[in-house]
Amino acid sequence: MGTGRLYATVAAGGFRRYATYRAATAAGVFTNTVFGLILVYTYTALWDERPHLGGYDLAQAVTYVWIGQSLFKTLASGGGGVEGELMERIRTGDIAVDLFRPADLQLWWLAADLGRAAFELLGRGVLPFVFGALVFDLALPTDVSTWAAFLVAVLLGMLVSFGIRYLVALTAFWLMDGTGVTQMAMLTGWFCSGMVLPLNVFPGALGEVVRALPWSSLLQAPADLLLGHADPLPTYAFQAGWAVALLAAGRLVQSVAARRVVVQGG
Amino acid sequence: MKGAFAVDSAFIELDRVEKVFDVHRKTGFMRRELRRVRAVDSISFTVARGEMVGYIGPNGAGKSTTIKMLTGILTPSGGRLRVAGIDPSRERTRLAHRIGVVFGQRTTLWWDLPLLDSYRLMHRMYRIPDARYRENLDRLVELLELGDLLDVPVRQLSLGQRMRGDIVAALLHDPEVLYLDEPTIGLDVVSKGKVREFLRELNAEHGTTVLLTTHDLQDIEQLCSRVMVIDHGRLMYDGPLTGLHEVGDSERILVVDLERELPPIEAPAPARVVKVDGPRQWLAFPAAASAAPLVARIAAEYPLVDLSVREPDIEAVIAKMLHSLGDTTDPPSERATA
Ligand SMILES: Nc1ncnc2c1ncn2[C@@H]1O[C@H](COP(=O)(O)OP(=O)(O)OP(=O)(O)O)[C@@H](O)[C@H]1O
Ligand SMILES: [Mg+2]
Repeated sequence: MGTGRLYATVAAGGFRRYATYRAATAAGVFTNTVFGLILVYTYTALWDERPHLGGYDLAQAVTYVWIGQSLFKTLASGGGGVEGELMERIRTGDIAVDLFRPADLQLWWLAADLGRAAFELLGRGVLPFVFGALVFDLALPTDVSTWAAFLVAVLLGMLVSFGIRYLVALTAFWLMDGTGVTQMAMLTGWFCSGMVLPLNVFPGALGEVVRALPWSSLLQAPADLLLGHADPLPTYAFQAGWAVALLAAGRLVQSVAARRVVVQGG
Repeated sequence: MKGAFAVDSAFIELDRVEKVFDVHRKTGFMRRELRRVRAVDSISFTVARGEMVGYIGPNGAGKSTTIKMLTGILTPSGGRLRVAGIDPSRERTRLAHRIGVVFGQRTTLWWDLPLLDSYRLMHRMYRIPDARYRENLDRLVELLELGDLLDVPVRQLSLGQRMRGDIVAALLHDPEVLYLDEPTIGLDVVSKGKVREFLRELNAEHGTTVLLTTHDLQDIEQLCSRVMVIDHGRLMYDGPLTGLHEVGDSERILVVDLERELPPIEAPAPARVVKVDGPRQWLAFPAAASAAPLVARIAAEYPLVDLSVREPDIEAVIAKMLHSLGDTTDPPSERATA
């Protein structure tokens, strides 16, 4: 119970830290709204040409856009969570302070990232979504249970997302320059999570592969639940499977890193 | 009982501890060179419970590396190391509840949030009982004069305020040992004074064992009766600060103002006049010797108006000591392999 309170405090701290940057939040809300508009017009043109592309009708495609923009920062599909700070701490040697603490490194950063994600959901997600719902005709469910199922999938998506980004961050123990890894993770994340196009639009083998990768847990999985395109249980099983695998891999890499760790500088 | 005594007299115990870093360096396209750096090279010492010890040496000597091994962050490459009977790298978490660390150049505090949030975190992390937490927080905050700053985000604190904030964070769980790695770095005279006074009290009243690294000799002079000097990962000296002066045969300077301009004072050897400027004369004498007989003699034989004694600069003392111990003839502690 004692440890639960510790990580709850860390998560609350993560939430409040991001909440201190009000101007950045406002700018982010604006950006996501503008991007949403651009994507809506692009998708409209696309779905005019090919109605029912990927099994979505136009209203569903437009809804998908606003789900994506609202969850963009929360799920940090392309990075932008606490992993940037973690990499910086590894590189400068500040990680020494974290390693010294009587706390688990992975749980600590997971808690901080969940706190961050919760803030991004409320602070950055809600407004673009409300804007989209007011301006466009969205295909939204009316029953509470579908919304609840959606939120559970978002939470599982946060875990998978953190699992991926934690592994990316740990590379800093071996690679002194993380720019390449970060950029690759960003592009892969955008593309494979369905930020550019819904994954069910992808044809053939490419589609099969992309839908089986962990990134499809981030946006595609919760969106399909909200749009009534998938059932909760198989979706959760898929997400939870990836979450467990990635977090376990993170633990493994972390213990290797901690053993041969080179803590930088005096 | 005997066991407890053994732990008390050797609360921190190092037996031929080593730390070797493998450093890969690019020496050209697709060519890398492996260098082994012996950051700590067979160091042995013990520190008794309640001692306050200075750990000094030039840049890159291995001080921070030693401290990191003492906290369990780094695993020694060889030798045996125990703190309170615990092997730090094996039981880092258990040990963490009994020790406190301040890395002067890093912070444990949450950068974007008020100081108090970081302390609440310590409360949970070390599972400090509520009453004890409040008592310790009140006491430390008062002693280190942080009362008005608890609601200020850490990024807005000055360096000295942040350092004091970090010291509080390291002590909330009543650690038995406190490691301080350059706790006065970058602080002004007033802040340094506050930190020193606090540490002296902590050691005297709570019996907290303190191991302190610093480049500021005044820290050592004012706080530590015992000092260890390391260089190139080797322990070069372990003893009282005064002994350091003897080893390095460093000198203090006696500055005397006479009534009028006179020829150089005939002082008893080894004291000697090193400079004359009008009625003012400078005499060098061994730092380990008392100034009293010299002063008495001059006062008796010369028209003395005023006098003062200048202490030797500690960096100079260390440099002299390392030199006299033949440090320069040591074999290189790094070697290159292909
Ligand atoms: N992570 C590391 N990888 C490789 N070499 C290292 C590492 N950390 C320290 N060293 C080397 O070990 C030696 C001792 O470093 P250390 O930081 O312990 O010195 P220090 O006594 O604290 O010096 P300073 O007074 O400058 O803080 C140096 O030669 C340093 O280059
Ligand atoms: Mg150092």
